[in-house]
Amino acid sequence: MTTEMTGAKMVIQALKDQGVDTVFGYPGGAVLPIYDEIFQQNEIRHILVRHEQGAVHAAEGYARSTGKPGVALVTSGPGATNAVTGLTDALLDSIPIVVLTGQVPTFMIGSDAFQEADTVGITRPCTKHNWLVKETDALAQTLHEAFHVATAGRPGPVLIDIPKDVQFATGTYQAPKPAASHYQPEVKGDLEEITELVAAIEKAERPVFYTGGGVINSGPAASQLLRELVDATGIPITSTLMGLGAYPASGENWLGMLGMHGLYEANLAMHGCDLMINIGARFDDRITGRLDAFSPNSTKAHIDIDPSSINKVIRVDIPIVGDVGHVLEDMLKVWKARGRKTNAPALAKWHEEIATWRKVNCLAYTTSEETIKPQYALQRLEALTKDRDRYITTEVGQHQMWAAQYLGFEDPNRWMTSGGLGTMGYGFPASIGAQIAHPDSLVINVAGEASWLMNMQEMGTAAQYRLPVKQFILNNERLGMVRQWQELLHGERYSHSWSESLPDFVKLAEAFGAKGILVSDPKDLDDAIMEMLNYEGPVLFDCLVEKHENCFPMIPSGKAHNEMLLGEADTQGVIQAGGAVLV
Amino acid sequence: MSALHIKKGSTRHSAYNLRPTFSDVQERHTIAVLVENEPGVLARVIGLFSGRGYNIESLTVAEVDHTGHLSRITIVTNGTPQVIEQIKAQLGRIVPVHEVHDLTVEGPSVERELAIIKVVGEGEKRVEALRLADIFRANVVDSTLNSFVFEITGAPDKIDAFADLMRPLGLSELARTGVAALLRGD
Repeated sequence: MTTEMTGAKMVIQALKDQGVDTVFGYPGGAVLPIYDEIFQQNEIRHILVRHEQGAVHAAEGYARSTGKPGVALVTSGPGATNAVTGLTDALLDSIPIVVLTGQVPTFMIGSDAFQEADTVGITRPCTKHNWLVKETDALAQTLHEAFHVATAGRPGPVLIDIPKDVQFATGTYQAPKPAASHYQPEVKGDLEEITELVAAIEKAERPVFYTGGGVINSGPAASQLLRELVDATGIPITSTLMGLGAYPASGENWLGMLGMHGLYEANLAMHGCDLMINIGARFDDRITGRLDAFSPNSTKAHIDIDPSSINKVIRVDIPIVGDVGHVLEDMLKVWKARGRKTNAPALAKWHEEIATWRKVNCLAYTTSEETIKPQYALQRLEALTKDRDRYITTEVGQHQMWAAQYLGFEDPNRWMTSGGLGTMGYGFPASIGAQIAHPDSLVINVAGEASWLMNMQEMGTAAQYRLPVKQFILNNERLGMVRQWQELLHGERYSHSWSESLPDFVKLAEAFGAKGILVSDPKDLDDAIMEMLNYEGPVLFDCLVEKHENCFPMIPSGKAHNEMLLGEADTQGVIQAGGAVLV
Repeated sequence: MSALHIKKGSTRHSAYNLRPTFSDVQERHTIAVLVENEPGVLARVIGLFSGRGYNIESLTVAEVDHTGHLSRITIVTNGTPQVIEQIKAQLGRIVPVHEVHDLTVEGPSVERELAIIKVVGEGEKRVEALRLADIFRANVVDSTLNSFVFEITGAPDKIDAFADLMRPLGLSELARTGVAALLRGD
């Protein structure tokens, strides 16, 4: 199909042809022609956010909860610069989003025009790829290419900068063509290496699967294959923050999350294993701890679609470049064809060893009758919502780690959190994106009061679209994780890590036409949570929790997996100068 | 592009396994990158090097296929074996990058650089400069009564050697193109 139309209309046509149903955006001078086209059609829904950062995080929430690329539309200059944090967040977490920015007309580019910014220059390092479209005839193809690049290979954010005169001018629209791009990352893994890995699995005495966001990004089929492989082999599995839900938390081989605030049994299994099978994770510094003491005696296999992830920080023995789903399918085939072998006696011993670590019960905490412990709040939230059709987003900090520890995820795409960039302010707009994609599901943003305030303007969005997002705020009147580090590393000098003048969250909710619930007594917690769940609209749930609770277990900076702190008693003087410089 | 074809970003065909891993030895590598000649592509490559803290000793770029709009970027860089492998893999991720070749590993290769050198002097020094230029097969491309501009082509260390000789003889300005390189053989 080739037809003549304006650039602005092309944008809408291309979005439709790419199967887009929702755009998160904020209008401005340089995108007015596109907004004019949005006004004149009904197929694509536009969600008006209150800040461009919110638009991008909402698009991320949409993308992560659906597996489809999320789309955001913002204006030039400040619109584009406000999108930078969201773009970087999506880059570090490999989330496919397409951001459209308006730009001043081509003939004014470079003149320091009103609301002009070098958007492609600014966003070059925080996108997978970006384009400045200077001719209307090139616009349609660029838009299609953008969706291809965002989703092919390792997913990521892309940006298309569209000058206003290109939006007004008429050109030829071209429908998407399959395989038009030279960018075609290899998805099939090398069969020789896959066979080598299967042979290693057959012999391994203490194997462990270490899975990450790559499994989720590969699609639901990959999670299904992972479950089949894990349960057929009986090999224990742990996951990064990004990969939670790929294997069910109720599964018998589940060890829980690993890493800095991961579970004792997961981290010790990583430290003591003889075969580590990394599937779609990237040996991030939150995972590895001290590099020279990281899992010292294991053969390491790494399945990743991005060749640059392999041998980046950890030397691996069996590298497999390919899409997780494709590689797992081949792994299963090869493993079955070779007779479904495992080293069963050794595996049984390995599980016994893990069971002794599990007995440590690392998530135990001191309970209280007077104050709500944040862990308790999450345990109750889990108990009261786990059987529901539920999506969870989080902000960043202690609450995020507690949510990862105390909530169980049975399916992929149900858990959205800013892992790589650690963006405070991510969770609320992401919950809006997830709720838009799943209007009938329960969407909860587990938040801290400080993070939540960073994008609180999106209350307007939640109210306008009557989105029943539940903002579950664990309010300790502190920047909890900063406070924890100051306690452990900076002599308990709590420099600027508490918030004075916090708003009355109930009144704040009411001011936006939403519901506010305040709870501070553990005895009232269940009823309050039920009240939140039963309310058909956005709820700001202000849960006043213990102010000085620390998040454990914790691998201190510069330490190894087997040097974990399990509680307050372990914390005196453990972090040395070398660790203090790390973040 | 000819000779051994290393799949974009591949680690399997890498010579990485043949060398000490995570060694501290600094290696100098010449990397040829075939890219789509689109706006900003050079900025992407340079931004990758600065953003990730890699070194650039020299960099040359020009369109080499006018119909296919492909440019060839030749980068001379140094780093530990692990860093060199990362550089290649990271280059391979850039969307408009078509091919990445490590000429140092795939080699042997021919490396050439062109330099233009202005030498100002009189009397004996002027005669000596001209005599040395002849030995180095440098051409005189401009001359006044008290200056020469020489053009010299060769491997970078040959140019270094020539420039060092010219310094006491009145070298006043030096312009170098950076390295262009191709694999030997077919």
